[in-house]
This record gives sequence, structure tokens and C-alpha cells, in this order.
Amino acid sequence: MAEPMRIRATMAGDVADVKVLMNHPMETGQRKDAKTGQLVPAHFIQEVTATLNGATVLAADLGSGISRNPYLGFKVKGAKAGDKVSVNWTDNKGDKNSAEATIG
Amino acid sequence: MKQQTIAKLLAGLTGLGIAFGAATALATPEADRQEFVKYYTTKYPNVKLEDYVYGALAFDADSKAQYDAIMEFPPYESQIEKGRKMWETPFKNGKTYADCLPNGGKMIAGNYPMFDEAKGKVVTLENAINDCRTANGEAAFKPGDKNTFGFLTAYMRTLSDGMLMNIKVEGPKAMAAYEDGKKTFFSRKGQLNFACASCHVQNAGVRLRSELISPAVGHAVHWPVFRGGDNLVTLQNRYSGCFKQVRAVPPAIDSVTMNNLEYFHSSLSNGLPMKASVFRK
Amino acid sequence: MNALRRNVLKGAAGAGTVAVAVAAGLLKPTQAMAAWNKAAFDAKNVGDAMKGLGVSAPADSKDITIKAPDIAENGAVVPVEVTSGIAGTTAIAIIAEKNATPLVGSYNLSGGTQGFISTRIKMGQTSLVRAVVTAGGKSYTAAKEVKVTIGGCGG
Repeated sequence: MAEPMRIRATMAGDVADVKVLMNHPMETGQRKDAKTGQLVPAHFIQEVTATLNGATVLAADLGSGISRNPYLGFKVKGAKAGDKVSVNWTDNKGDKNSAEATIG
Repeated sequence: MKQQTIAKLLAGLTGLGIAFGAATALATPEADRQEFVKYYTTKYPNVKLEDYVYGALAFDADSKAQYDAIMEFPPYESQIEKGRKMWETPFKNGKTYADCLPNGGKMIAGNYPMFDEAKGKVVTLENAINDCRTANGEAAFKPGDKNTFGFLTAYMRTLSDGMLMNIKVEGPKAMAAYEDGKKTFFSRKGQLNFACASCHVQNAGVRLRSELISPAVGHAVHWPVFRGGDNLVTLQNRYSGCFKQVRAVPPAIDSVTMNNLEYFHSSLSNGLPMKASVFRK
Repeated sequence: MNALRRNVLKGAAGAGTVAVAVAAGLLKPTQAMAAWNKAAFDAKNVGDAMKGLGVSAPADSKDITIKAPDIAENGAVVPVEVTSGIAGTTAIAIIAEKNATPLVGSYNLSGGTQGFISTRIKMGQTSLVRAVVTAGGKSYTAAKEVKVTIGGCGG
């Protein structure tokens, strides 16, 4: 159901610079639909986990205050080119998405 | 049709008090563009001409930094992807847009709008896309429609990124269309009685209400924009918005008035590089 | 921060049972984590959000840098970057103090991940954007004001 997320991972010295763009409406539950006047139900990513070669390096809880199509950037020291970064998320409806990238 | 020089037109906008160069009998579009550039760069000697493509952002570092942060990984990439799929999907007869547009659709956006002598009118890139569709048995897209033209051009225009705007105005009929566009730009309109020039010439680089106003030079190279990183707006959508904001009734998108305005307005950005699908507030 | 998640993260890098279970595909990474911190994210003021995070009286720190605009172009998408120069940073939380629910995100870092988070947040009105950093079992904080305006002509 969800569109694929994009991951860019590059080395800067001995630090992997990882940038992730997730696709998600991140509805707060406070917004009124322009056409119906009804509140659009809350629908947002709650958990994001990132692993490096299988080991968890980031475990995040997000709220609906994160912008639509969430962007997340983080840095991992000691990574190297060729390592695999995997990101997966779960939202408040139980939908999930995951993607993997090789550090360039 | 009597040609109007920038100086005379601005003098006609009473109360603006802008001093443009000496009025010359025959102003060419290139001479007009240079007048505009001279006006802005004299007023703002510290802003580089190449930065005018960023509009109001060239005048405010805090805004430009936010633009840079968002452009590093734009949140609307999936909308551009939609456009890419539309561009690459063949028509029912097996042909593609690349087959009928010049140069396969690459590095051509800066040539539009252009004056089509055979048709006797200004032709926009969107017109060319629709001509391609109908020539291949497909229904034309509705002008200004976000879900068709919007997404398609959000991708297709990026194929011309880096191209320098290159609007040609040659021959008396083209010149007449250009002058019509110029007249629209300088005519007061709406309940607020503002011309495009009232904001984008007289008040370029200063704030009206809380908004920093962009100069007209550099405007036309960076469309469509994604407002708030999300809401797709094409150039003629924006013209429409501007008309409404001065409380005037906007001309229809793809009307002769709007296309002539785009023709004139784009020529002001000749020589500046295009970049499609950018972030704006 | 949630103690269960912290312990799981400590074990995940090594040969702990959780890591083994994850590797064997028996336990998805998200299942290994504790449930989303509803109490903290539903909190309607900064104090309750901090309580939900298990943080009390964080010390002001000049080693936390918040890169955020002075005036947001669009309150729906405000780029915020938090850099913590405090050694042993294990968590960063981002709070927009005047949002209806101030806690925006809470990030647990392990395995060489630096004290750095870059994201884009929504802000309902001018307010302090606050970062809370956990390092060496202690909490630290810094804040930066971001103004949010309603423009006249941006549409």
C-alpha cells in the first residue's frame, strides 16, 4: 500500500551519512477534509528502526508532528562502503514498509 | 501596434516614481530585459544575477537555507515519479512523447513559450504536449490540470534542467504578442488596483505584509513549484493566484492573455538556467 | 527513555537472545522493541512529555546545537537538525513546545550512531524547539526559538 522509501547512504571519512525519505501522509487527526468537512483520522508512522549489517543502530518513535513524507538523517561512525543499511517503519494502523541500501 | 517602452509604461503607473533608462523609440525584448536587470541590480548591488532564479530566497539567507535543506531530499519525489511514469508510458499507438517533441523532449523547455507563425499565436510547452497527444490519438489534457499537466511537467521539465531560458521574439506578430504580455504585466488590475509591476518591480526585495517580494527577472525558470513541499503549482496557476490576490478575475489558463503574459514574462529570464520542480513555501 | 528498549538495544549489537531471534527471522526488529510511547506523545505540555520520556530536570547544555530557521517558511515542513557534542549520547528527543502535543520524535542511538538527527517537523505556532539529549545516564537540553507566521501572498 505504501510507496517505497528512498535511502541515500554515503561515506564521509569514517562516518556513514544516511538520509531517508519515507512516503506517508502523517495525518495528525486534527485536519478537516476540505471537501467533506470531516476530521481526517490520525495516520502516521510511529516507529522507525535502522540496522547496519543487521545490527540495530537507530530505534525511533515518531509522532504526528513529523512532516508529511518524513525525512530522517543520521550518521554512523565505523561503517564502511559496501555495508548494508536497512530501514523499516510501522504506522499507527499497523502498515509497514522497509527498504535497504548499500553504503556508497 | 504602438510599442511601449519600459520607461513609458512605468511612468504610466503613477506614483511609482521609478526611474528607468531614457525612453527609446524602438525597444527590443532584449533591451527591455536589460532595463529590468539594470533596475534590479542597481537597487540590489549585492545580489548576484545568477541568484535571481531563487526569487525572494536570494534576498533572505534564512529562507534560502530552508530551501537548501529541503532540496537536498525533496519530499515530493514520489509526485515526480508519477510524472516520469506518465512520460515514459507509450500512447495507445505505441508512440511516446519523446517521439513527437523536439530533441526527445530534452533541453527544450527554455524555448517555450514560442511564437508559432503558422498558427499566428503563442504556443506554450503545455500546448506542444497536447498537440503531441492529439496527433497520436489521445485526448488532450485540460489546461492547468494538476493531475495531468501538473505531474507530467513536474517530471518532463526536469529534462531541461540547466538549459538557459531562450525565448525568441521575431517578426511583427510575435512582437505584438510580446507587447500584449508586457501590457498585462504593467496594467493595474483588481480591487487592489495593482499591476504585476507594482509588487515585482517597485517592491522587489522588500516586504509587503510579511512577504518578501521576488523580482520578475528569474521568475519563469523554476516551475512547477511544490508549495510546502507538497502542493504542485504551475506558472499559470500562479498567475491565476496573483490575479486573485489583487482581487481581479483571472483570465483562463491557456487563454491568449495568459499565454502572451507567459511569453513576455519568460523572456525577462532569458540567459538564466532552468530548474523544474523546486520547493517553495 | 524506555528501559526495555534500552536493554534490547544493548543486547542487539552482541550475541544476546534477541539478536539471535531477529537473525533467525523469528522476531522482526520492530516486534523486539517495546510499544510506541503513547503517554509521551499524547502529552499536551512539555512537562508531561518529559515525564513520559522518563526525563527529569535536564541540565542546560551548550554542547547541543539546534539548526533550525529563525522564521519558518512553512510551518508544515520546518527542517530541524540536532547535533549533540556530549560524549556517549544515546538518545535525542525533539519537542516543539507550543504544539498541541509537544513531543515530535524520540530517537535511540546505538552501535556507532552519532549524536545527530536531521528531520522536518510541523509547528503550529511560534515556539521554542527543544532538544533533550540523554548521555551517560543523564539528561541535557537546549532550545531555539522558531517563528511561524501566516504569509499574505505565498499562495
